[in-house]
Order: sequence, then C-alpha cells, then structure tokens
Amino acid sequence: MRILVNGVWRESGAAGLDRLLAELGYQDAVVSTAVNGEFVATGARAGTRLADGDRVEVLAPMQGG
Amino acid sequence: MQLYGAQVGSRLLLGTARYPSPAVLAEAVRASRSEIVTVSLRRESGNERSGQAFWALIRGLGVRVLPNTAGCHSVKEAVTTAHMAREVFGTPWIKLEVIGEDDTLQPDVFGLTEAARILSAEGFEVFPYTTEDLVVAERLVEAGCRVLMPWGAPIGSGRGLNNLFGLRTLRARFPEIPLIIDAGLGVPSHAAQALEMGYDAVLINTAVAQAVKPVAMAAAFAQAVAAGRAAWEAGPIEARDFAAPSTPVIGTAFRQ
Repeated sequence: MRILVNGVWRESGAAGLDRLLAELGYQDAVVSTAVNGEFVATGARAGTRLADGDRVEVLAPMQGG
Repeated sequence: MQLYGAQVGSRLLLGTARYPSPAVLAEAVRASRSEIVTVSLRRESGNERSGQAFWALIRGLGVRVLPNTAGCHSVKEAVTTAHMAREVFGTPWIKLEVIGEDDTLQPDVFGLTEAARILSAEGFEVFPYTTEDLVVAERLVEAGCRVLMPWGAPIGSGRGLNNLFGLRTLRARFPEIPLIIDAGLGVPSHAAQALEMGYDAVLINTAVAQAVKPVAMAAAFAQAVAAGRAAWEAGPIEARDFAAPSTPVIGTAFRQ
C-alpha cells in the first residue's frame, strides 16, 4: 500500500504505525506521530492500523522561536 | 516571576532558531542566562536525524522548554501540534501560535482564542502569541490563559514596540497576569523599554541569533532586561512636555 510519510509517498507493508516507524528506522528516536491529522500517542501506535492512502506525520524536536 | 506556578529567575526567554551553529546557540543560551527556551516540532528527515541531536543539545543546557505551534494556520493544526509537543517535550506548556496573515505573521486571534479554550480544558498551560488588543486578551484569560504574550512588532522585524499606547493599556488592564513581549524586538533598548513599562519579560530570537556576534548580543539583552526591570521597580518619572530645572532656582546668582 502507499502511505504519505512527511509529504512523500512510500510503498509499505506495515500493518501498524509502530511497524512503519521501525521500517523508517525511527523505533528508538524521539518523535511524535499523527495519522490523517490526528495525534497518535506512543502507546497507541501498535494499535493504529494503516490503510492505503493514509497520511502520516513523524515530527521531531527542532529549533523554534 | 511566576509562570503557571513555576518560579523563573530570568526575565529573558530565548528562541533557539536561526543561529549560525548549534555551538553558538548553546553559548548564547548560557550568555543570556535564560531559564526558558522555545522549541518546535518539524518533520524528521530520514538520514540526518537533526532533531535528535538538537534535542540532546537542549537537554544538556538544563533549561525549561516552551514548545511552540509555529506555522499553524488553523485551530485543528495548532491543537494537534500541541498534543504532539506535549508528548515529545514532556511539558504542559505550549506557546500557542495560530497565524492569520503571512506577510506580518499576525495572529489569527479568533482561532487563537478557540484553540486556547480547547487546550486549557485539556490541561495545557497556554502561552498565547497575541496582539495588544484588550478584548482578545480578555477572551484569552476567560479561556484559561494565565500568561499573555503580545507582539511588540511582527516576528523577526526588529522594529521594537510598535504600539506603545496599546501595550501600556494592556499592562494597566491586566496588572496580575504575567505579560511577555513576544516578537519584533531588535536591540536591547527595546527590551529595556518593555521592562521599564512593567512588562514581566521578553522573548527574543532573531535579534540574538542573527546578530553579528550572537553570544555577545545575548549578554547585552540580559543586561538590558535586568536594567529595565530594576528601573520599573525603582518607579520611573512621568514624561512631561516642558523643562523642569533640576538645579534649585532659589538662590540663583545675578538675578534681581
């Protein structure tokens, strides 16, 4: 299925959000996630099923004013 | 200064963006003696992992972080970003920005008050980036905000306090609410002016980060904030239109 990750389409077989993060190499990173504009807490990632066309945001700490 | 029950010694808050290097950022934070720095969330890039290194650097500074919702243009975006920030940064503090106009980065005060109400009800401690408008400030306080952050001038413009009358009125109207000038200050005298007027603190980013010598400028802002606060506590005189001789006139020589 195709998932839009941080604005880039990717082909992924990940059933859940936690598996997608592992595919991306983010399993140990300090990141926060949203699927289709809704916040998904760390504890809810494994239970969050992904479907073709889902939009996933993976955000990390960054400089800000 | 108390911000949502937290005792904060420094009245200078520092942004962490636009520094020439992470090392200069760290040195500037130390030179500013700030106890609070603002941070943000952005998309993590696959290879660079710059976010992880940045977060390690900030944690090493031993300061409080105030995450922002910079770049959000809707209530929904701002609320979702606030939830993501709370999880990553482990703080209920959120500098709430809902931008309404791109050229001036003027806050959308309608979206701001709505987002402030939602987030306050969810336990966030909201620092709203707002204008000096009194009625908006009233609505934000009603929504649960216990700190207000009015702009001095548009973000990054370095213009100082654009609306002195409005800012004075806001200070007078909300004597008990901590007021922090957020955005638009360019030089330390702007910061001193804000503190002299009774503002509780200032938040500086571009004026330090983009200075020729950011670390030296951070130290200069720290001095200005300390001087401005000391002046406010000392009670400044009222300005007047005509001269008032400082040397006693009684006993002046050569007069009839």
